[in-house]
Parts: sequence; structure tokens; C-alpha cells
Amino acid sequence: MERSGTPGGRGTRPTAHELARYEALFASRTRGMKSSAMREMMALTEQPDVISLAGGLPDTSTFPPELYERLMGEVSHETARALQYGPTEGMAATAACVAQVMAAEGTAIDPADVIVTTGGQQVIDLVCKTLIDPGDVIVAEAPTYPGAIPSFSAYQADVVQIEMDADGMPIDALEETLDELAREGRQPKFIYTIPNFQNPGGVTMSLPRRRRLVEVARERELLVLEDNPYGMLRYEGEPLPTLYSLDAAAVGQGSASDLVIYLGTFSKILSPGLRLGWAVAPRPVLEKLNLCKQGTDLCASPVTQMFVASYFADEGAWLRHVENLRDLYRERRNVMVASLAEHFGSSAAWTHPEGGLFVWATLDERIDTTDLLALARTERVAFVPGRAAYMDGRSGASSMRLNFAGIPEPDIREGIARIGRAISRQLGLLGSLTGTAPAAGAAGQTGEPPVREDAEGLADVVELPRRKDAGRGRRTQDR
Amino acid sequence: MSAPRRVAVLKGGSSLERSVSLRSGAQVEDALQGLGHEVSGIDAGADLVERLIELGPDAVFIALHGAQGEDGTVQSLMEALRLPYTGSPPAACARGTDKVLAKQLMREAGIPTPEFSSLRQSAVRDLGAGAAVPTIERRLGFPLVVKPARGGSALGVKFASSSSELPGAMVGAFSYDGTVLIERHVRGRDLAVSVLAAGGPHERARALPVVEAVPREEGFYDYESRYGIGMTTFVCPAELPSEITHRAQELAVEVFELLGCHGFARIDLMVDHETAELWVLEANVVPGMTETSLLPQAADADGISFDELVGLMLESAFTRERAPAAG
Repeated sequence: MERSGTPGGRGTRPTAHELARYEALFASRTRGMKSSAMREMMALTEQPDVISLAGGLPDTSTFPPELYERLMGEVSHETARALQYGPTEGMAATAACVAQVMAAEGTAIDPADVIVTTGGQQVIDLVCKTLIDPGDVIVAEAPTYPGAIPSFSAYQADVVQIEMDADGMPIDALEETLDELAREGRQPKFIYTIPNFQNPGGVTMSLPRRRRLVEVARERELLVLEDNPYGMLRYEGEPLPTLYSLDAAAVGQGSASDLVIYLGTFSKILSPGLRLGWAVAPRPVLEKLNLCKQGTDLCASPVTQMFVASYFADEGAWLRHVENLRDLYRERRNVMVASLAEHFGSSAAWTHPEGGLFVWATLDERIDTTDLLALARTERVAFVPGRAAYMDGRSGASSMRLNFAGIPEPDIREGIARIGRAISRQLGLLGSLTGTAPAAGAAGQTGEPPVREDAEGLADVVELPRRKDAGRGRRTQDR
Repeated sequence: MSAPRRVAVLKGGSSLERSVSLRSGAQVEDALQGLGHEVSGIDAGADLVERLIELGPDAVFIALHGAQGEDGTVQSLMEALRLPYTGSPPAACARGTDKVLAKQLMREAGIPTPEFSSLRQSAVRDLGAGAAVPTIERRLGFPLVVKPARGGSALGVKFASSSSELPGAMVGAFSYDGTVLIERHVRGRDLAVSVLAAGGPHERARALPVVEAVPREEGFYDYESRYGIGMTTFVCPAELPSEITHRAQELAVEVFELLGCHGFARIDLMVDHETAELWVLEANVVPGMTETSLLPQAADADGISFDELVGLMLESAFTRERAPAAG
């Protein structure tokens, strides 16, 4: 049969043989890049009547339209620059805005140490591109940011995840893992951590652990990638110093950090649609990041960089907007935590984030949240199953990530109630199958809220729920 | 080559296998266009019947996976609309899609299928069927595989290696279907035998070369490894002793006929590592047609190109003995 190109069609159609030929062409790095059943299920939940607590979205509806118009108007006064390529490291005005935001978080930097990126996500990709050869080790938290996993996989990193507790990554467990690696003659290329209101775990690394992490990094000459998208979104408690600032102080008065690569973003304090983030890095690393970025996209968009520069020209205004976001998100978090206590029942546990966008909830260990998501579809609600936050795609099976920041309060209440109904159905079945009475979750409403209201009591009751089999420093090979 | 026809390709839908179906559909559309047919892809939704009536196609190519595409729903609809469609009739779809029903039929017909039990959610809820679980465990032994009775993908399929893992695995499977299949796990190699019978009602079905799926990672052959490029290596023809190949092909044709399939189907089997016994697991009446799907690979090994295969599958729409007008 003729297999030549057909006018009007999409050319020749591949036979299985030809496809096998392509498969041989695919870089080995693509083998570790999995499209997952979970993702496909998530795609199905993107329907108007589904309440999705799955997104990583901030609320952009509160940004004043007239301000947007004014800022774009200001950009339009300089169209020749806005429409032109910009420097790879970013425009000087943007770096000044970065310095401003980081100063508001108590971290002094030299704007010359900044590279402006296309979203914070690009920093993860560029850092991997700069540092990771196939098989190199990255140490990350467990659970870790689901969006980092495709980057880690693409560069064929061997990711070692360290199970967190209510105070973030336990540094003693980190040290044990480092020792174990050292015995194999291996040293991680970097430690990836989200110290504030971790995504997805919702926990914050305590000050002693931050200090100790920096000490360990210095003792062992290890790079740390500090991912801090949510630092400005703290709803309670005292802000903690960044790892970058702690390391800089260790280097000496007025110095830059020499082991921490800081990742920041305008996505959560202004808009993810701008696609602007940044890294602050030691100079030699910065130079390589710059080279790598040239190959990736030459520069971040000058249009949005100029938008940001105009926006940050009025210091009072951006701080007020962040304050408004904090008020909005704090209330939404409170609604979510209260709804969880009402609907998830006594067999569930969840984190009480002091900031950020997410709550991490863990159910009866016999419930697999990927399956629960299939059931939740019938209830018209979605969340991120916990497996998405583990490199092996298997751990975290009883947990889920819930976004509260981007969802109006009535939808949070209704969404949690719907998930609660799906859980009740599963717990009811489990009870019937095991001959035990349905767990209290089946009733749900009467369960004692497992989270105390007073912030001081939190540390000892808000354990980041763990799986029983979760060993410290679980090793997963991503190939 | 057959005369150019107007063909509607049904794909997508709202099942859990939507994305697989979209990929199958796109491949089929390309092939049909290459064969000179006039092709319209339809993402099956609320306006499906309206669009079909408007279009008035000569035939409907069903590339819908998941519940409605495979359980006879769409096939019944095509019969109601008097539209020729590819593949098996509604009753065969219902038998093939329900793994429990298919296994019951195989057991009655003496076709080897791993020992199993099934439980309905309503029986667990209303009849205390949970108390039957220990009896099932004792009879089948561990490890067990738990599957939703319907659903073509590996979603909700779990291993249980002990009593403590079984309830969770069952609850997981119940998330997808009201009935779960609990099956003795056969340790062995995964085989798939595609069967073609597009020549007409009197031409006997013919088995294509056997495909073996070899997972790259140790462990369960899960949804990802089943559908993702590069997660599984397929060997076709499978390297097997010739008597096993022949027996696998024979069994596949028997199952095809037992279920009343028409046109094409894919039969999944296991060959036991230790005893070399063959066991039939299930039948797929709407086999995947994606880049890595097994039917196209088997056809390719038999010298049938992807386009030719799609052409043969299309012919199955016209070689069916039509159901009575009252149907």
C-alpha cells in the first residue's frame, strides 16, 4: 500500500516500525519523564462545575483593573525598549525590584547577584541544567514540590527525599543521608528546600534547623537551592530569616551568600501571568546560569519586566497589595482548616500552614488518594494526590494537597464537604470489609478537630503525617 | 483499496481513558485520510447524536476507550441510528468489558483463566459480604490482584500480598466500578494476542503474532508503563517456544469467538514463569491505536501497515450481519 505523503493530511502516518525508530531517537532523559494516570485524571477535572482545590493558583481577581491599565500605559511610553530583547540577566530596574522585595523579607542582596528568569520554575530548570549530570544526587524534602519533579527527571538526577515533620526537613536525617551517600563516594550537587510554608507539605522549617542546615552546608561545602515563593505570604507568627541571609552572615558582614542559590518569584505577590522570577546566586554559579539561560530563551520578557518596574515604583502600593492578599488568604486558610475538621473526620490529619497556599492532608493509610480522586470526580471536586510529590510515584499515596488561596470561601467549604463525602464512602466500605464499625470519619461531623487553635501548641500536634513505612532518607532512583 | 467513504471517528469522551482515546483517534484519522476517505473526528459529548445525524457518515470508526466506548453503549446507539460501525456488537462489548463476566464465560467454556472471585459493592454494603473475604483469601491464596470489573486501563488495579492489604486494594478498585475482581496473581510474562476477522461473517478469525510487554522497571505493569512511550519494551513476535505461541493464538481466537467479537479484539494472557501454562486474563474489544499500542505492532509484524490495519478495521463495519431492523 502507498505510504507516501498525502496532500491535506499530516503527511505520512507512522507504522509501528517507524515509531520504534523514533523511540530509539528519544533522548534517554525522556524515559524518566512520565505522563501519569493522575495527570490525566486531573485534566478531566478541569470542568466548570468541578471545584478544583488542585491548582497552585494565587488569587489574581483582586488586582485592580485600573492599576493594570495604568501600568501598561506606562510601559507603552517606552515601546522601543519593551518590544526589544533585553539583557539575559534581566533589566537593572527589575533587579532593583528584586532587592526591594527581598529587603522586605529581611534579606539584603547585591542586585548584581540577580538573574531575572521566566518564572521561578525556570530557576529550578536552570540550576539542574547548570549542575546535574545524569545520576547526580539531589536531596529534596518528602513530599516535594510536584512541579520540580519533571525538571529533576529531565536531567536524570538521582533524587533522595527526606521525610519532613512539623518543623520541616529534620537536619539529623539529612546528615545521616549525607553520611550514607559519602560512604558510597557520592555528594549531592544541591539540597532543594522550600523552607517557608512548603509546597505541598504546608510546614515551615524552624529557625534552629535553618541555622543547622546552613552549618551543614558550610561544613560539607554543599549548595542549597532555597525555593521561597511564599515568604511574603505569612498569616501568623514571626517571619524567619532566609537561608540566604543566614549563610551570608556566616560568610561575613555585608557579604553575599556563597552556598545558597535563592529562588524568588513575582507570581505569588503580584501575578503568575507575568512569568517573572529570579535567582540570587554566587557569582560563578550566576555566570553559568546566565549561559544556560541564553540557550533556553535569551531573556525574560522586557514587557513584563517594565510592568513590574512601574508597579514597584510605588512602594506603599505593592506592600498594601501583599497585605490585602495576606488578609484574603488567612481567612481562606481558616475556612479550609475548619472545614477539614468538620468533614474529614478523626482518621485524617492535616497541616496548619502559617502561610503560603496549601494544606497537606493525610487519610487512613488504606486509602489511596489517586483512587479517591476517581471517586471525587463523581462528587465534582479535585485535589492533587500525594503521589505527585514523590519521585517514585508511589509514596504519599494516602495524602493530598489542597489549595486554599485561589478559591472563594463558599467553594472551599463545599469542596471539602464533597471530598469528605468521598472519604466517608471509602471508610464505610473499609469498615464493612474489615468487620469494624466505620471510622468516625464516616460521620465526620462529630470528630474532635485534630488541630489545636493556639499557635504554640501547634508544633507538637501538627505532625506532618507520615506513612508507616516511610524510612528516613528514602532513596528513589528516577530511571 | 476500497471506495472512498465518509467516516466519522469517535474519540475522546469523558472516561478516564480520554487522553488515550484522543491519541488513538488522531492516529486513525490520519490513516483514514491517507486511504482517501473523507474523515470527521468527533469528540464524543452531549452533541454526539446530533452531529452524527447532521453528518450522515457511511461508517463510524469507534476509537473511544473506557466505559461508554467499550461496554456496548455507543455500539447500541449506532445500531439504533442504523449506522455501520467498526468492531464488536453490543453484547460482545458487554461481555468483554466486564472482566468478571468474561472470566465466568471462559471458566464455563473450559478456557484457562486465573482463579477468581468477585464482590459487588452493594453486597459489601447491604449483605455483609466483607465476611466472605477470609474464605476468598483461603481459596485463592496470596498474592492477589484486585481490579475494577470494568475499565480498560490499569487505574485502580492493585496487588495485595497479604490480608492486611486486601481491604484497601478493594476500596481502591471500588472507586472505579461497583464490582471488583479478585484474582490469583500469575507470575509470568505478559502476552497480548490481537485477533483480526474483518473479512466477513464466514471468514474465521485469525490471530496476529504474539506481543510480549516487558516492563522496564521491576514491579507492576501499571497505567504509566502501559501507555507511556518508553516505559515498556514490546517484543513482537514474542520470543516463545512455538507450541506456546500457537496455543496462545488458539486461545485468543477461542475467546474472540466465545465472546461473540467482530472485526478485531486484543486478548491479554500470561504465561506462567514456572509451569509455562497459559492463562487468559481479559479481552479488549476496542484495542488502543496509539503509537505504542499492541494491535498496530502485531499487525506490523504480520506485514500489515498501520494504514492497511485501519482499512481492515473499517471494513468490519460493512461485513457485519445487520441486526434486525427492530433492534
